[in-house]
Amino acid sequence: MAADAGKLEFGAKAHVALNDPKLRANFRRAMDGLMAKRTIQFADEAEWTSLRARGAMVRANALARLPELLEQLEANCLKNGIQVHWAETTQEANAIVLGILEAAGAKTVIKGKSMVTEEMHLNAHLEKHGITPVESDLGEYIIQLAGEAPSHIVMPCIHKNKAEIAELFHDKIADQPYTENVDELTAAARKALRGAFAGADAGISGVNFAVAETGTLVLIENEGNGRLSTTLPPLHIAVTGIEKVLEKLDDVPPLLSLLPRSATGQPITTYVNMISSPRKDGEKDGPKAVHLVLLDNGRSRVHGDSELRDTLRCIRCAACMNHCPVYTRVGGHTYTFTYPGPIGKLLTPQIEGLDCAGDQPHASTLCRACADVCPVQIPIPDLLVRLRTEAVRPTSPDAVKGAGSSATTGETLGWKGWTLLYGSPLLYRIGTRMLGWFGNLMPSSAPMLKQWTSVRTKPKFAPKSLHELAREKGFCDE
Amino acid sequence: MNSPRERILSRLKASPRAAAPLRPDWIPPSYSPAERKAKFKAMLEASHADVHEVTAAGWPERLKSILADKGVGNVVYAPATRAGRQLAEAWAGGGPELLAYDRPLEELKEVLVSQADAGLTTARGGIAQTGSLVLWPTSDEPRLMSLLPPIHIALVEESSLTDSLAETIRVQGWAGGMPTNAVLVSGPSKTADIEQTLAYGVHGPKELIVLLIGSESP
Amino acid sequence: MPKPTRPESVYFFGTCLIDLFYPEAGLAGMELLKRQGVKVVFPPKQTCCGQPARNNGYQDEARAVARLQLDAFPGDRPIVVPSGSCAGMMKTHYPEMFEGTPDHERAVAFSKRVYELTEFLVDVLGVRLEDKGRPVTVTWHPSCHSQREAGVVEQPKALLRMLSNVTLVENPREKECCGFGGAFAVRQAEISAAMVADKVASIEDTGATQVVSGDCGCLMNITGAAEKARKGFTGRHIAEFILERCHGR
Repeated sequence: MAADAGKLEFGAKAHVALNDPKLRANFRRAMDGLMAKRTIQFADEAEWTSLRARGAMVRANALARLPELLEQLEANCLKNGIQVHWAETTQEANAIVLGILEAAGAKTVIKGKSMVTEEMHLNAHLEKHGITPVESDLGEYIIQLAGEAPSHIVMPCIHKNKAEIAELFHDKIADQPYTENVDELTAAARKALRGAFAGADAGISGVNFAVAETGTLVLIENEGNGRLSTTLPPLHIAVTGIEKVLEKLDDVPPLLSLLPRSATGQPITTYVNMISSPRKDGEKDGPKAVHLVLLDNGRSRVHGDSELRDTLRCIRCAACMNHCPVYTRVGGHTYTFTYPGPIGKLLTPQIEGLDCAGDQPHASTLCRACADVCPVQIPIPDLLVRLRTEAVRPTSPDAVKGAGSSATTGETLGWKGWTLLYGSPLLYRIGTRMLGWFGNLMPSSAPMLKQWTSVRTKPKFAPKSLHELAREKGFCDE
Repeated sequence: MNSPRERILSRLKASPRAAAPLRPDWIPPSYSPAERKAKFKAMLEASHADVHEVTAAGWPERLKSILADKGVGNVVYAPATRAGRQLAEAWAGGGPELLAYDRPLEELKEVLVSQADAGLTTARGGIAQTGSLVLWPTSDEPRLMSLLPPIHIALVEESSLTDSLAETIRVQGWAGGMPTNAVLVSGPSKTADIEQTLAYGVHGPKELIVLLIGSESP
Repeated sequence: MPKPTRPESVYFFGTCLIDLFYPEAGLAGMELLKRQGVKVVFPPKQTCCGQPARNNGYQDEARAVARLQLDAFPGDRPIVVPSGSCAGMMKTHYPEMFEGTPDHERAVAFSKRVYELTEFLVDVLGVRLEDKGRPVTVTWHPSCHSQREAGVVEQPKALLRMLSNVTLVENPREKECCGFGGAFAVRQAEISAAMVADKVASIEDTGATQVVSGDCGCLMNITGAAEKARKGFTGRHIAEFILERCHGR
């Protein structure tokens, strides 16, 4: 989705979500479960501390040397027989994927879970050109059947409960009786998708880590759909953001220990695929051609700011959203774009522009629950403050796309006034005394008080300020 | 500056440069030999796999009885591997039907996708920390035999167990060359996409049977 | 880190919110320190730590107000703050806010002198409390910034546990944000309302008759919502709560 989506109306969408008790309950239950599982995984504080410090620096190291590592990755992939493509925009990436599929005469595509292809809206693009994409991750399959977007980057259909899924399967899958039995629902999906795997002309997947040293694409998953998508069809296209590169294989173990434990509380995912080439002569299976599409879509611009660059450390574990008190209440769809939750409010405005998604950095109390659990130590709240700053007072005209777009004369004047008051002991004394005398006369309908008092009583100004009381009690004497 | 590649790289190269930060020390867990095996088994079992301790000579017979209990009719195997030959010899007098994965996938797709009951592969190693098998498919032992049949049987030697993935990468010299595909397997296929309720066998095997070959001679 | 030595005197930073709305909490904090034999100095030039401007993206304004605090608290006396949020701001953000300015060095030195009140009472003064109050059941609400920015987690609970007639019940959702967040409460009013409603419900579920906190922003939010919804609990700042129980008023 491009900037033409205009203002995202985060608040309007949040309003709808907040008033949907079923959605609220689905998210609350799911997030509670995920938080509890993660806590068990990182019970050893010392282990967590050293592991995440390592993980953070592995990612920071890769970003510091990103251009060189991308060139090395490309060279090693080419040596291994993997064809490499570069795309500056999602449109370019879509065109590259479509071109590869058309050249191969592919009509149906089986897809493993990939957030980057969601970012590209690849499915819609392929459908428009007569190619049928079938999502094979169970959660992605469910939302594809429902015609929805993922609401969580690890658990795409987390907003749905099993009754809703039972209804959906009964509606959309031929001869499927209504059942809320999860084993039966899972078996129904297996049956429906087996044929799709066997008949697919190509498989498309994402990438968790791309190892420059060996030209290896690491892909983690639990279901086996990632393995199938990258093994059974004759053609495999892997799509990834340019930031996913790692220098060497030795960098994989710490991140692999952080990612599933942070995401779903598993010590490791069931499958960790390491793909380094297409089928070689004499090998009996595997795709005959493998392509890697490297997508920029604004990431190189993020990389250009040494502070905001930390955004790109993200390994997409979703721990930040699982622990976010705002995400838990409004759900993933409120964020409109592909990446919801804390990492979404940080990444989306940088990709789409502050003029387009500038309200997202403000949808946070800066409670730091996200920063506390981020396995690669992204200082999300501090970077949100940085974006808030860029929106009103750009540090340079093009530090962030859409910088300065939220500056209003009224707000600026308000803060100037605030500074005048709080920056001068004399004015502050006069001001607080006036508030003590007259503040409580303010009606609840006054700006700001109106929102506050919608669910709370009016705060009461004390008749005497602490300054006055401290002086009276002799605390002001040196 | 004409290609997207050049434009992306030139933007990245124009970014502020700083020395790449050092990686702070991090020590993956280590175990004594007895702990290693116990941890490997416990982690795999926690992931819903069945682990059987077997001997180098006796595993085919043991497997036969395990599969008989499950009513398995056939097993996809790799006839050109040592394990495959041992299995064929041992089961010559009876046992589940052996389906040889000896042709390209394109000639065997129907069998693999919808007829096979089980598949037997070896594992190049095992990782104690996470209860993971290291599968390293080859021309003789292709990728899909561990993935398409509803039951995957993996043979792993106790002597190949390591404490951690980091150790495996180092002792097996992975940086020197990776195969077409390597995969870590830590249990049967599973999902929790529906209300975080675990369900097995969503796309890959429903069952994982690990035959752990003891390092001491019987 | 070695345990800091007990100083003869400390500065008290009252915070702007306490100054206007909860001066009794600030006064109680100073009384507690004084009763430990520490001389307390409240510099009258102090105003606000600057957090509101910083969090809303107005860094020059935040720095201007923060600089006034650097001026108002000279020397090397410890600065005790009855708020985890303001203490967190001064401890963690002052150094980075002044980076590259002539004030950086003194901002760094300043930040090292800042203590959250309960942190100072427990870690530096090693207080012992004698409870003279009636039996009561309370629950603790830690502010997000006290837990995750100022690094104050155990100290306030340790103080509450010293009070023999106080039963401290844990709120299983204690660590979750109450939804205050300064301007957030107004800017994202509906989300904030949902968060505080959940927080109020979780406190009610503990069965406590009082919620005790070290941050008046959270208290204003939580007790304001509880009062509006006519819930059966009240809220107190920990300094007032302790002072009242141990020394009467």
